[in-house]
Amino acid sequence: MGSNGIRDRVAIVGMGCTRFGEHWDSSAADLLVDATEELFAATPVVNKDDVDAYWLGTLASGQSGMTLSTALCPDYKPVTRVENYCATGSEALRNACYAVASGAYDRALAVGVEKLKDSGFSGLVRSDPPGDGTAAELSLTAPAAFSFLDPAYCARYGVHENDMREAMTHIAWKNHANGALNPKAQFRSGVTKEQVEQAQVVAGRLGVLDCSGVSDGAAAALVVPAEEAHLYTDRPLFIKGLSLVAGAAGGASDPAYDFTTFPEVVHSARDAFAQARVTDPATELSLAEVHDCFTPTELVLMEDLGFAERGRAWKDVLNGAFELTGRLPVNPDGGLKSFGHPVGASGLRMLYECWLQFRGEAGQRQLDDPRLAVTHNLGGRPGNCVSFVAVVGPDRAG
Amino acid sequence: MSSANGIVAYAGYVPRYRVQREEMAAGLGAQSGPGARVVAGCDEDSTTMGVEAAAALLATLPEGDRAPAGGLYLATTSPAYADKANAAAVHAALDLPSSAFAADVAGSARSGMAAWRAAAADGGMAVMSDVRRGLPGSGDERTGGDGAAAFLFGDADHAVAEIVAQVSETAEILDRWRAPGGVAAGQWEERFGVEAYQPLAERAVRAVTDAAGGVAPDHAVVVSPNPGVAKRVRRLAAGAVSTTGSPVGHAGAADVGLGVADALDRAQPGDTILVLSVADGCDALMLRVTDRIAAARQPHPVADQLTCGIDVPYPTYLAWRGLLEREPPRRPEPDRPAGPPSARGARWKFAFTGARCLQCGFVHLPPQRVCKGCRAVDDMVPCPLARSAGTVATYTVDHLAFSPSPPLIEAVIDFDGGGRYTLEVADAAPETITVGTRVTLTFRMLYTSHGVHNYFWKARVADTQEPGYRQATPDAKRGADHG
Repeated sequence: MGSNGIRDRVAIVGMGCTRFGEHWDSSAADLLVDATEELFAATPVVNKDDVDAYWLGTLASGQSGMTLSTALCPDYKPVTRVENYCATGSEALRNACYAVASGAYDRALAVGVEKLKDSGFSGLVRSDPPGDGTAAELSLTAPAAFSFLDPAYCARYGVHENDMREAMTHIAWKNHANGALNPKAQFRSGVTKEQVEQAQVVAGRLGVLDCSGVSDGAAAALVVPAEEAHLYTDRPLFIKGLSLVAGAAGGASDPAYDFTTFPEVVHSARDAFAQARVTDPATELSLAEVHDCFTPTELVLMEDLGFAERGRAWKDVLNGAFELTGRLPVNPDGGLKSFGHPVGASGLRMLYECWLQFRGEAGQRQLDDPRLAVTHNLGGRPGNCVSFVAVVGPDRAG
Repeated sequence: MSSANGIVAYAGYVPRYRVQREEMAAGLGAQSGPGARVVAGCDEDSTTMGVEAAAALLATLPEGDRAPAGGLYLATTSPAYADKANAAAVHAALDLPSSAFAADVAGSARSGMAAWRAAAADGGMAVMSDVRRGLPGSGDERTGGDGAAAFLFGDADHAVAEIVAQVSETAEILDRWRAPGGVAAGQWEERFGVEAYQPLAERAVRAVTDAAGGVAPDHAVVVSPNPGVAKRVRRLAAGAVSTTGSPVGHAGAADVGLGVADALDRAQPGDTILVLSVADGCDALMLRVTDRIAAARQPHPVADQLTCGIDVPYPTYLAWRGLLEREPPRRPEPDRPAGPPSARGARWKFAFTGARCLQCGFVHLPPQRVCKGCRAVDDMVPCPLARSAGTVATYTVDHLAFSPSPPLIEAVIDFDGGGRYTLEVADAAPETITVGTRVTLTFRMLYTSHGVHNYFWKARVADTQEPGYRQATPDAKRGADHG
């Protein structure tokens, strides 16, 4: 087995991220231009002609590299479109990083974009190949699939449903409070715990305020070799570990799976932490951006990522461990919940918060001297998903 | 194939839902009546109810002796498709051999007797099934009913009831009619039909009694699409023990079948049953119940099925039947099922047959080539689970999903002996489901998209009487991967 990683071989030296939200006046092409122009404006030593290759992540806002090339008009450069469910933005980053690490390119741009608000529908709209009509995913919506976590977690750990409800509410409340401090977040107002619990029910015990925001947005990252990073910026972000795993839908078909964990997350975290030489994520990390698509997802991720002991995350959540002032701030930018979830952009948006935090540019959300961060991006649903974990930091090991 | 002279097995199916007639009347300011109307769920049609009845019939037979010698004849006035044999879907759902003949006998109430005659002639199975619609406020809406029945025919030696005599009369009468595709039937003045049919019925009763050697019936079952006819003819043909009509109200092509199934539920060995079905003529049968009836009765008598209904609000029922257009959720309509993948996976989609790994025993739903348990390739055998029971591992109520009748209840089902799949739950109120609830399977129509019906299986909360209610041996739960 050789997941060797590319620890400290590439760096992010420029980023851009649009405000996430309902951009009725912007197309996917507009959002791509906005995110990349912001990046170039903030990184004056480089311009579009200096980019050697592009990786575009989008779930459903365009097909092929042409989606980017027709919007940005690069001069006959390679553009690859990638898609990996809700981990699409991270997949664009991962491929751009490997392209630079391989030596094939000096400067690669990873861009993610999603334009969800043009469909007129609530939530995500699937685009499936012709099938026999028997797949559970066809009828069961994402909030319904993730709502399975709630009763399963209560049953496994003997957690009273009121305590579980309180923990889910706390996560929504926390991420909205963080997002309220973020000028680029979709939802810039806090919510009370009463509002969370009285929101219209969507699926199971999940209400509207247990769900991430459906939004439009784009984010971009410029990847260069680590040894050249300081030519572009005095505060680069170094890639320490990158892992992506795809499950075999094991949990969806195996009675042994109990819906209290994402084995895909456990495996990707183990791989990324090994690459980054992280042995105790709960104490070594300064912050984590995780895939809080629904409130119980964030709860379970705290255990799968090793931030909390099995069966105890709900207590840690309620004790404030993952708040801005807690022992390990989680989703300081508001997360999917409050920043919004334009699918193809979300993985890069997570990285954008790490970028700001390491540079001391996170405004009211700024953490004290962050040294190591994780981004975690999930695509699919419990029992049937892909998971991405990155470890990033502002320092390059000697 | 030799002519089969008896009913070897039978079953009736009464759908779960009921609309209170009082509520119908209150909503429209129309004429009321006592009791409730039996209605099919929004995920039921003549094909799925036919499967219910036929599967219940086959379940009364010994394992390995379940394929009818003759054909499968599906009778209905409400075919799910035209230009495509609905009997083929029933045949697939029952997992019958491809060599079995299956065809529809569709169009009128008399199609039920046509299927009966065809099946009786070749030792086959008659499946009679109908969803009867009527315009809001109509007599058909109020006094009709939905349901299905199935009869398997064979040698008199194996019969639960012999066919002693059978006669028919035919007449062209404009009493009931409906243009193909029309919502509701027309009916001429009821008394016209009564007068026109009475002499036919009288001749048929005389003829069948003569042919049966002059026996007086212990039971009489009299059905007709014309309520006045049914009432009048009962006076001509009373049974010594019972005289009954349709148990659910006029049920189209299933009417006579449900009536006979109900009579067989009650009849004693040696009893005779006179069956009169008055529709576009008159069909008369004399049956004699044999000693085998005691051991071969269907486990859920029609009368019992009638007692365990779930009330559905009248407006919801109207929406189910397409008589009230409801605001759809802000979700895209599902795609229609595609022909080639549905055909490739027909045993999966229609007969809920998975694959069991010969190396490690892992049960795959749907079938897979590479084992999720041990990664062995192409070493699987089919694993039919349509008659299996299972347990709810977890569940949810989805208010956002596209559904003809929201909310959608979905549950992850772990099957006894292996296999897991996520299925919709049929005929259920959310409060009846919890982790650990025992379920069996039922064949349903999930939705219709672009004129194509999406048939698949749903979970249904197991009846405490069902064999699947108790789990044989709880599977030891392996620990999930916690890294």
